[in-house]
Amino acid sequence: MAEEEHPEVLPEVKEEAAPGEIHPFDPTKKKKKKKVRVAEEEDLEAVDKVTEKVDSLALTSTAGDGIDSSFAGMKKKKKKKPVEGEFEEENGETIAEVNGGEAAEDEDEEEEAEGIVLEARFPWEGTDRDYKYEELLGRVFNILRENNPELAGEKRRTIMRPPQVLREGTKKTVFVNFMDLCKTMHRQPEHVMAFLLAELGTSGSLDGQQRLVVKGRFAPKNFEGILRRYVNEYVMCNGCKSPDTILSKENRLFFLRCEQCGCSRSVAQIKAGFVARVGRRKTTT
Amino acid sequence: MSDLDIQIPGAFDPFAEANAEDSGAGSKDYVHVRVQQRNGRKSLTTVQGLKKEFNYNKILKDFKKEFCCNGTVVQDPELGQVIQLQGDQRKNVSQFLVQAGVVKKDLIKIHGF
Ligand SMILES: [Zn+2]
Repeated sequence: MAEEEHPEVLPEVKEEAAPGEIHPFDPTKKKKKKKVRVAEEEDLEAVDKVTEKVDSLALTSTAGDGIDSSFAGMKKKKKKKPVEGEFEEENGETIAEVNGGEAAEDEDEEEEAEGIVLEARFPWEGTDRDYKYEELLGRVFNILRENNPELAGEKRRTIMRPPQVLREGTKKTVFVNFMDLCKTMHRQPEHVMAFLLAELGTSGSLDGQQRLVVKGRFAPKNFEGILRRYVNEYVMCNGCKSPDTILSKENRLFFLRCEQCGCSRSVAQIKAGFVARVGRRKTTT
Repeated sequence: MSDLDIQIPGAFDPFAEANAEDSGAGSKDYVHVRVQQRNGRKSLTTVQGLKKEFNYNKILKDFKKEFCCNGTVVQDPELGQVIQLQGDQRKNVSQFLVQAGVVKKDLIKIHGF
């Protein structure tokens, strides 16, 4: 997952770093960086957590639907700037270390650059250019996070680990952390299992270690896609996108009630629908 | 929903399951397009829920010709006629059905991984 995230981030970093004043910041020595760092530290601390989480968040990583927009939509934008900062510091460090010999040369540039660098809290500072939408958005979220963290959508986030999958023999797949994911979603394993099996169009069962064993070969991202749909359909509130919901059966209908905003909706029954006979020919319908 | 209001809670209603399916969310006349794994890399696509007025064999013929795959119409005791195609034709099927104006796009439900 992390690999997928990085290419996304990197080009942005480069883009944004080039026009701004941050570029000269790279070759600075550690001491000087420290000053800047202290200023940014608070931001970064909060942000570090967020970015860490993002990496482990399986369900938000690929392009997609609801959960993306709800969980990551805001996060991604917020993430950008802070990650930039991190990258620069990392770059700075490595460059400073690797180019120990060249440091002397750089020092001239540094001094010129330093004046700007220390002030450059925002990428547009020191230039006449217009603010970019993303930058302003980042600024707003920074302010919001400092003053009213709860408004920045920083509430408890549901983090779903990526599905771990093993192959059992050649024809079966073991979904190792199935139980964990059910717990994260606060859903009955039977319900999740019914959905997974119906969508995969296969059969399966829980083994002694509470892992889900399904017939057929499936990649982790197959499970991920289906779980994403499951979350959209059976976990997330349509109104406020909160995953803090309760699924209950009333009059043989399943209802999803949100614990955050109290809204309620009925959800579709899980139906396997038509399952074609696969395998031995003798037992045709 | 209104069906349910008349129900006496707790009393066993043999038709509840059927009623529930009509009134539950997502029970519009969806066309379900599913994929199933067979042995090896082979897979199979099923199309369930096309309107009964359509001539399934005609549609199948077009499918087969368009996607260059074989297929068949299966009679399911509960679900009626279902089209089966060789290979994962989900994208093709939904594209075809929409373009031919057989089903509206939002009424096609693609399942699978
Ligand atoms: Zn809600």
